[in-house]
Amino acid sequence: MRIGDAKQTYEADEAIWTSPTQKFWFALFLLALLVFPLMANAYLLYLGCLVGIAVISTTGLNILTGFTGLISLGQAGFMGVGGYTVAWFSLNTGLPFPVTLLLAGLLAAAVGILVGLPSLRVKGLYLAIATLAASVFLHFIFAEWESVTGGMGGLSLEPAHLFGVTFQSDFRMYFIIVPLAVLMVFAARNVFRTRIGRAFIAIRDRDISAEILGIDLLRYKLMSFALSSFYAGVAGGLFAYFYRVVTPESFPLSMSIFYLAAVIVGGMGNLLGGILGAAFMTLIPEILKLLTAALTPFYPNAPVFMSPMLEIIFGALIVGFLIFEPHGLAEIWHRIRRFFSLWPFRN
Amino acid sequence: MDWLFFGEISLAGLAMGGLYALIALGFVIIYKATRVINFAIGEIMMFAAYLFLAFAGGLEMSPWVALPLAVLGGSILGGVIEKVMIRPMLGESPISVVMVTIGVASILVGLVELIWGADPQLLPRFLPREPVFIGEMYLAPKIAYGFLIGAALLILYLLYFRFSRGGVALRATASDQAAAYSMGINVRRVFNLAWVFGSLAASLAGVLVAATGGLSPQFGAIGLSVLVVVIVGGLDSILGALIAGVFIGWLETVAGAYLGGEYRMPATFAVLAVILVIRPYGLFGTHEIERV
Repeated sequence: MRIGDAKQTYEADEAIWTSPTQKFWFALFLLALLVFPLMANAYLLYLGCLVGIAVISTTGLNILTGFTGLISLGQAGFMGVGGYTVAWFSLNTGLPFPVTLLLAGLLAAAVGILVGLPSLRVKGLYLAIATLAASVFLHFIFAEWESVTGGMGGLSLEPAHLFGVTFQSDFRMYFIIVPLAVLMVFAARNVFRTRIGRAFIAIRDRDISAEILGIDLLRYKLMSFALSSFYAGVAGGLFAYFYRVVTPESFPLSMSIFYLAAVIVGGMGNLLGGILGAAFMTLIPEILKLLTAALTPFYPNAPVFMSPMLEIIFGALIVGFLIFEPHGLAEIWHRIRRFFSLWPFRN
Repeated sequence: MDWLFFGEISLAGLAMGGLYALIALGFVIIYKATRVINFAIGEIMMFAAYLFLAFAGGLEMSPWVALPLAVLGGSILGGVIEKVMIRPMLGESPISVVMVTIGVASILVGLVELIWGADPQLLPRFLPREPVFIGEMYLAPKIAYGFLIGAALLILYLLYFRFSRGGVALRATASDQAAAYSMGINVRRVFNLAWVFGSLAASLAGVLVAATGGLSPQFGAIGLSVLVVVIVGGLDSILGALIAGVFIGWLETVAGAYLGGEYRMPATFAVLAVILVIRPYGLFGTHEIERV
């Protein structure tokens, strides 16, 4: 059993690292992330990159939905803004990737603020529907503004580059995506140690009380929208660099629902949950693919059932987690940890 | 401007809007009684339409037997969803409940694809085929008769809610749950009833819409148009659902005919955005006052 965890200062209470053990495991985790691409095959690398992008976007949505309590069905739209920004700038200006990704994040944040404007007047589900409207408009713009977005055909772009190095392989993209994901999750963790992050949480818990406590609702809600869409924009930009093509169909409404599901399955209002949820939801289709491949020799038409099964599993996961484990994978993780740190006692 | 063309388009749009009104009514019944926004309504419609396809096409029943059976199946589905998945969420935050309905929608899409395949299908014809003329204006018979059947159910519903015991219980629960409970109304049964009735309206509309435009697992996307209707009309207003349904149906068809199909969604969502800014609780919805 772990003992001696009393905290004597507020600084100690707010610290990210509460014990050397934690630091040790985190360093080990970072090392594993670094070694992974050297050992992994192409398929695992591809999955690693996908999970990295999903982690960034889910963390962004978690800031908005999990921590500020504002539901958004526009995440895919914001990612689209980021993706198209990266595609347009890399085609027309040839800027290196840190600049284009930053621009993607900033533009998406600007769009996010615009979409968030009604959030003072409408909230809850009405807001979700306002963001849904925004994603419909964004899709329309992606499809129809042909001189910039290339219409339904979309845009193809060059690989990301910096100082003459081009990142055309998944192996190299991994070294952009994963460090960025770690950095952005870390940044999010820090936001919630500041007044801003605490204001978000206060708004989630009861917006009217938060306002009475002196939190400027409009300002903080818009800030949350901006931050969340910034994450989405960067994720969308990475998505564009990773697939090297963006079309209006790259960012469908189902993608927004996918990220909402990842936040819920992982655990709303929990950064670790966002990471677990993003990884879990990204890997589920792949696990199902492996399963189908294993079954095909016995049932030749197994592949036909894969896509519907995926829909069913996806829905069942959302419903199941909400009914049986509303705090998501993060809670399961904590339960496991609690078991070990309290051992040999129960609870 | 060609007024005859405009008239014909408008008429088709208004008829389509009648069906939207019916679906929106189903949506509003569920929302009024249980405060659940049902994102799965499009998929419930789809499921009922596929049931109709199975009964009338696969089992070769008469369409007039298949139609009530399919609608019954859709209503039972609604009741089961409420019992199994919505009931345990009682008292949870609205976000969670909405996400459950989104999950249900996904499950239904998967099931339909698993059973009937992903390819678009046509329903067997069951409505009269003679063209309908109103004055000089032509109206596709499928749409016209679909509208008439839908309108008949709508009127039945309105009478039911006004005069029957079940309807009064439903309205009582909607206006004050605690008071309804203390007056001896079985609130749980009312919740279930609301889902059954809401799904019934949606199921009938589902078969009628699928009869005019064909059926595929993507059919549930019509739920998005209905979402616009109920937000514009006000989530808890039956009158609002009717008026907004007809208006949005008209607008969608007219925008599609004059500007092109890609403008249908943006046009209605533009109306939605304007309404959200001017009257966030919809044209006829109740303005809820929040207290800490």
